[in-house]
Amino acid sequence: MARPASYEGVALVAPFSTPYQRYSIDTAHHWIATALRGSLQAAGLKPAELDGFSVSSFTLFPDTAVGLTQHLGLCPRWLDHIPMGGASAGVALRRAARAIQAGDAEIIACVAGDTNHIDSFRQLLSSFSRFAMDASYPYGYGGPNASFALLTDRYMTEYGATREDFGRLCVAQRDNALKNPNAVMKKPLTMQQYLDARPIAEPIALFDCVMPCAGAEAFLVMSEERAQSLGLPYARLAAAIERHNAHADDPIQLRGGWTMDVDVLWDQAGMGPQEMNLVQTYDDYPVISMMQIEDLGFCAKGEGPAYLRNKDLTISGDFPHNTSGGQLSAGQAGAAGGFIGMVEAIRQVTGQAGGTQVPDAERALVSGFGMINFDRGLCSSAAVLTTGARA
Amino acid sequence: MTHPLAPPPKKNPQKRSVSPTRPPEVRSRAALHLTAAAAEGRFALQRCAECGKVQYPPRDACSACLSTDLPWQDMAPGGTLIAETTVQTSPRLYFRERMPWRAGTVQLDAGPTVLAHIHGDVARHARVRVVARLDQAGQGVLVALPETDTPNMEDDPLMRALSADPKHRRVLITDARSAQAPALARALKQAGAAIIFAGEPESWRPYPQRAELQALGVEILPMDVTDTASVQKLAGEIGGKTDILINTARFLRPGGVLDRGDTGFARDELEVNYLGLMRLAQAFGPGMCARAADGVNAAAAWVNLLSVGALSNARPFGAYSASQAGAYSLSQSLRAEFRPSGLRVMNVFFGPTEEDDWYQPLPPPRVTALALARSVVDGLQRGLEDVWCGDIAQDLRDRFRRDPKVLEREMTLGGEGA
Repeated sequence: MARPASYEGVALVAPFSTPYQRYSIDTAHHWIATALRGSLQAAGLKPAELDGFSVSSFTLFPDTAVGLTQHLGLCPRWLDHIPMGGASAGVALRRAARAIQAGDAEIIACVAGDTNHIDSFRQLLSSFSRFAMDASYPYGYGGPNASFALLTDRYMTEYGATREDFGRLCVAQRDNALKNPNAVMKKPLTMQQYLDARPIAEPIALFDCVMPCAGAEAFLVMSEERAQSLGLPYARLAAAIERHNAHADDPIQLRGGWTMDVDVLWDQAGMGPQEMNLVQTYDDYPVISMMQIEDLGFCAKGEGPAYLRNKDLTISGDFPHNTSGGQLSAGQAGAAGGFIGMVEAIRQVTGQAGGTQVPDAERALVSGFGMINFDRGLCSSAAVLTTGARA
Repeated sequence: MTHPLAPPPKKNPQKRSVSPTRPPEVRSRAALHLTAAAAEGRFALQRCAECGKVQYPPRDACSACLSTDLPWQDMAPGGTLIAETTVQTSPRLYFRERMPWRAGTVQLDAGPTVLAHIHGDVARHARVRVVARLDQAGQGVLVALPETDTPNMEDDPLMRALSADPKHRRVLITDARSAQAPALARALKQAGAAIIFAGEPESWRPYPQRAELQALGVEILPMDVTDTASVQKLAGEIGGKTDILINTARFLRPGGVLDRGDTGFARDELEVNYLGLMRLAQAFGPGMCARAADGVNAAAAWVNLLSVGALSNARPFGAYSASQAGAYSLSQSLRAEFRPSGLRVMNVFFGPTEEDDWYQPLPPPRVTALALARSVVDGLQRGLEDVWCGDIAQDLRDRFRRDPKVLEREMTLGGEGA
């Protein structure tokens, strides 16, 4: 594959995360509006100055991005709706960056958010996809827990990973989350608690699962000149990839679409995995984080467990990973789960991460993964961010 | 190894009957072909007519070549269990009440990977045999069974839910006078039925197989399907413990429209074959639906014995065929009405029978009462919806499916006259 054109000149600014809430009586519209407003305020902009808008959400029904423009009083000349769950941020960012470079829009807000009512997760599951409806729900209706349990089971069989290997990720992320006031999880987690947790869908137990919650995440995409003239800290986009339905003939998912594009990613970034100051993986289940660390070139396939055994994954460690606690400890606010790593990475490389700040972070890898349509996640994305201007 | 099912204790009358819940029913139109095959006990998937790729989940276009020509074909059942999980929590009530639930990923020898229910006797990473069964939503699901049969494997709770096995169940044969009743009672008894009741019309009139039924321990009770009061009376007595109802009541006479000259027999055919079914369903149906989740001996199935002439009119039994077509159509309505409870409706189609005198002038082959009884029991054990018993029924089914108009023309020949 030829190297795609550079994303130079593009700035990512005004990262904003709402606090997460386990259950909310408010709607997705409410949460998206809250994050959008927070991001615009951080940039000192008014809604009318926005001319591009990209939305990711599962619970907007019957609305889409179109309905939201009228609901929120926006008048964009560039509009996108990205229904790609955990891969949404990387995909939204790629498209927005190209629109900025081409001049199709000057200020684009990328927002993801969802609400979580008492019964909304069950309802979301029941209408998720046709293949899931035909070929996965009738078999125990375990939802994503069961689907990822199968992948985890196979991964453990194939590569000899243990529950401790996955537990290490979860325990470190909880440690990180305790420094993030927006996180849903507020109590420390020990390895013993992780191992003793009640089984949900073996081999997956309670602390392998994310907590569905309500919340939203947002950031703005504009030109570097604009960010500079506004006097805003910003991140640059060094490289970005996406891929869908990769390796369709693998009998079960042990790798994701990143493997097809990883060389392009690092080539375009002009740097390698070892130069990253922090890594944000999509962590709906720890096995998926493990897969990303392998597929994005930190170690060979199947060597993730051994590679991470020698690493400290906390904010102050030698491999800072999911610094805001990730979804496993901050919570999964629907499609915002696809944004949590991106928004945190922008904060990190611009020096705005507060309590979770990795000292002198300048280069971050953000990876996304989404949409278990039947038996595997179909969408993958990844982006390398670098410091443009620090706060 | 599966623990053999013990006969359930007597029901505590003060205890609330568990309301039936169901696994998910919604499917795409393409996926209903899997159900249609499972309804007859077949495991079929789509194979692309152009490139040969086997597809799963069911699709509208080939994932290899985009062809939209994806006929359903029976598949080799072999496969390997490559991953598994035991689901401990589910937002779906049906599974929540049945936790833990074992499910797994099976790589089929036929190509694709499928998610399937896993029988308790299947070992980790074992070779398996995949079958398609109807679940309690009446939808086709895939089940991975041990490669070879294991003792009591049909007693696994999973298999119990995917069948209407007569074992430990109480069965009502609606007409003891039917020529098929004794063979049926014997087969049910061999299959482990706990009690067999038989309805008896016109008790004052002797008939040869009464002694045979009594010797088998069948409880013979008065009921005439043409008499609403008698049907309701028996339902009042045993409706609460009828787990499987097999409707053997049948009025059979030769003749079409012109050879009869009046509507006398036609009225009897409708009274027994059509309205009789309706009376039975109105009296027994609601109670059976309410007990469709009542433990080991929950109400499980409603069985209709139907002439294959229900599909396409079969001279010289033209008027009788019409009553069977009516009963067949009514059975489809019953299916829809029973769906919310999970109570199954199984139709067993057959051609001319050996034991009924009225078929004497017809050439062979005939269906024996024994063959019919075996088909009924096998169908219940496999949870089927449609059973085709005997060569004639299977032949007519195939011709009907090839082209119903061609079959109609074949069945309505005028003969080489002058």
